[in-house]
Amino acid sequence: MNKLLTSLLVMAALLVSPSYAQGLFPDIPKALGEPHPEGNEFWRINHPALLAHDRDLTVIEGIRDIDASLKSCVACHAVTGPASDPLPVTAESPEFSCRVCHEYVAVKISCFDCHASTPEEADFALVLPSYGGTPASLRAYLERISQ
Amino acid sequence: MIIPSEKPNGAEISRRDILKSGAALATVTLAPGVTLMAFGGTAKAAGDDGLKPNARWGLLIDAAKCPEDCSACVSACSTEQGWENNGLDTDPQWIRKVTLREKETGRTNSLPVMCQHCEKPPCVDVCPTGASFKREDGIVLVNRHTCIGCRYCMMACPFKARSFVAEPVTGQRTSTPRGKGTVESCNLCVHKIDRGDGTTACVEACTATGNNAMMFGDLNDPESDIAKAVSTYASVELRADLGLNLGVRYQNI
Repeated sequence: MNKLLTSLLVMAALLVSPSYAQGLFPDIPKALGEPHPEGNEFWRINHPALLAHDRDLTVIEGIRDIDASLKSCVACHAVTGPASDPLPVTAESPEFSCRVCHEYVAVKISCFDCHASTPEEADFALVLPSYGGTPASLRAYLERISQ
Repeated sequence: MIIPSEKPNGAEISRRDILKSGAALATVTLAPGVTLMAFGGTAKAAGDDGLKPNARWGLLIDAAKCPEDCSACVSACSTEQGWENNGLDTDPQWIRKVTLREKETGRTNSLPVMCQHCEKPPCVDVCPTGASFKREDGIVLVNRHTCIGCRYCMMACPFKARSFVAEPVTGQRTSTPRGKGTVESCNLCVHKIDRGDGTTACVEACTATGNNAMMFGDLNDPESDIAKAVSTYASVELRADLGLNLGVRYQNI
């Protein structure tokens, strides 16, 4: 009985320990800008609907000043590569922001068959007001981007 | 617009609609649990956002000022929109230089041809999915989200303006998504128009060369340079016999 109880306790401790949880869930890269005011849960659930709705606004009605614009998503969630090649990684890379989660849940996305998966320098203007880094780190980042 | 049931309405409103509508939000409770929300104005009325209503964007091209050896407009388009033509039949071609030769006299004429942005576009008529459409301001576009790549529009177009993306694409411009399996054509630099640049890449490049053969503007605005020019000087549309009322007009051909 004691043996069973101990093993159960050990299992429970393993399940709640952060090190075990880190192995279970994808390691989502941190974005450049401020967190979404609605919270991550809202965006995790609703981002497909928001993107699908806003793409029609943009393509058909020409409304480009929208929050859920793929351009700003890509700019804010850009993941820089290793020191040898610090440009933002493309959708080809397994480290690409969307892929980290989408591969974990086995949902294939086709956005980047057509859309650019790396930001252009001008796109960072969409994110800059909420960029959390220091001006120096931002400048260094932009210089890397522009190379 | 379909709002998914799991989307909390409060967050949706706070993020987009209130800002767009000038913050005038009236909620009327019709019955318990049933509310009617009225926003103070549409996105278009609220500011610069969205397309210009009642506009008819067009181009006026003076063939007399277009030298045969100049293709600045074509390369500018290629750079701006991120397409590349390496001479293969299947390569995309949003704009091309065409040389006309009159059989009797031998007089030749060079001019750029791109999507003519018809008022009654045959490509829109034949599209089975509604992907080929005309925006409210007269720009004829392909909505690649709904394009299935059937290429009916390419066959319907009298100007051979459209191309099919046959190969996987990488390195797109962020303003011009383009990918394999969809049809594409000149979009009159719709991203530049929406951002208020008031010109297109080809017109900018033509002006920069000093030839000034191309002019962009709103044909419906009597104060615009292009409207004044077409009302003063003779201009023609290609294949006027088809009665499509084109947004692109030519002089001296």
